[in-house]
Amino acid sequence: MYTQAMDTMGKDRDDAPKAVRSADELARQQAFDARIDAGDFIEAKDWMPEHYRKTLVRQISQHAHSEIVGMLPEGNWITRAPTLKRKAILLAKVQDEAGHGLYLYAAAETLGTSRDQLVEALHSGKAKYSSIFNYPTLTWADMGVIGWLVDGAAIMNQVPLCRCSYAPYARAMVRICREESFHQRQGFEALLTMMTHGSEAQKAMVQDAVDRWWWPSLMMFGPPDNESPNSEQSMRWGIKRISNDDLRQKFIDATVEQSKILGVTMPDPELRWNEERQHYDFGAIDWKEFWQVVGGDGPCNRERLAARVKAWDDGAWVRDAALAHAAKSELKEAA
Amino acid sequence: MSDVKKEWPLWEVFVRSKAGLDHKHCGSLHAADPQMAIQLARDVYTRRQEGTSVWVVRSDQIVASDPADKAAYFDPMADKVYRHPTFYELPKSLDHM
Repeated sequence: MYTQAMDTMGKDRDDAPKAVRSADELARQQAFDARIDAGDFIEAKDWMPEHYRKTLVRQISQHAHSEIVGMLPEGNWITRAPTLKRKAILLAKVQDEAGHGLYLYAAAETLGTSRDQLVEALHSGKAKYSSIFNYPTLTWADMGVIGWLVDGAAIMNQVPLCRCSYAPYARAMVRICREESFHQRQGFEALLTMMTHGSEAQKAMVQDAVDRWWWPSLMMFGPPDNESPNSEQSMRWGIKRISNDDLRQKFIDATVEQSKILGVTMPDPELRWNEERQHYDFGAIDWKEFWQVVGGDGPCNRERLAARVKAWDDGAWVRDAALAHAAKSELKEAA
Repeated sequence: MSDVKKEWPLWEVFVRSKAGLDHKHCGSLHAADPQMAIQLARDVYTRRQEGTSVWVVRSDQIVASDPADKAAYFDPMADKVYRHPTFYELPKSLDHM
């Protein structure tokens, strides 16, 4: 579903690029920089600076974890979808998130980190995932709003990643973006159905869901540009193409117009069109809340992580059995 | 550090999008055995009828050229323009040869 600007994780001590040591390394570094400047794609087996590799492993794995954890809030409503049609749609969407997680894990593994290491980093709390999935899904309207706003924000963030300098990541993103469009459209359509044909209570339910998801959706673009120390390096390397604040503004401009079609309002009294800027002005985002949720103290952090760890642990015997079966079959074939 | 040997092996997935076309590499996945790899490839890479046929190959079985040899391997072909039909200028009357 989506990656949160990786700058949120840029607080590790050992995170700074290492000083270049030898003349040989300097030459490689320069050749690499020249390829980036020329708009070349970098492939898995190509030489790359250690910091580039590390930044990518962090970002891609965080993105993969977000897809996998992102299945939980929506999975919560599969058995309670109001119609068979909505249930089939929601199932397909959640299955897509699993697929997206797998494309991304595979891309991260090309950088020399094993799947087990990636999963372990998530389960130990070392690796992060998007803060948005630490909010609860309280009503059916949340399913629509997640599609419209959360997937909408994800798409806005992901489209520039299709041109990311690291080719395996870019290829995964092309595939993901192609599939993601249905996610946003089904969400908007579900909401529109409620707003057009629903009871007053159902319309109020939609507005309530918008009220709860609006601000967390804006936080999905990551901290403001002046507090994103890693952004500059990622821009330099072609890992990131558009700044957090620019993407956030683009998202607001698009969704406020869409909210008029839907007949809902955003919970921001300071939201208004600025003729001079040709953009919507908006109120202050509560970054304290953002850092709290990223840091582990959101409404559902513990529940989400516990669900993932339990699924992994409970599935251990299946993974082992499948390997044992494969080994046995191989022996039989050899005999 | 986790025990990598307990991981399901990695497979590369190739999909033929429709009859008459080549199989094309589209990604990789972990699976315990060949049959499971084919089934998972179907689920992960063809959820929207992207394919009519799937190949899977153990990743450790693939032999690839070394990126460091790229120039040595491929540059010698750069100055052999005579291998292309457009190199030859023929009379107009023969335009469609």
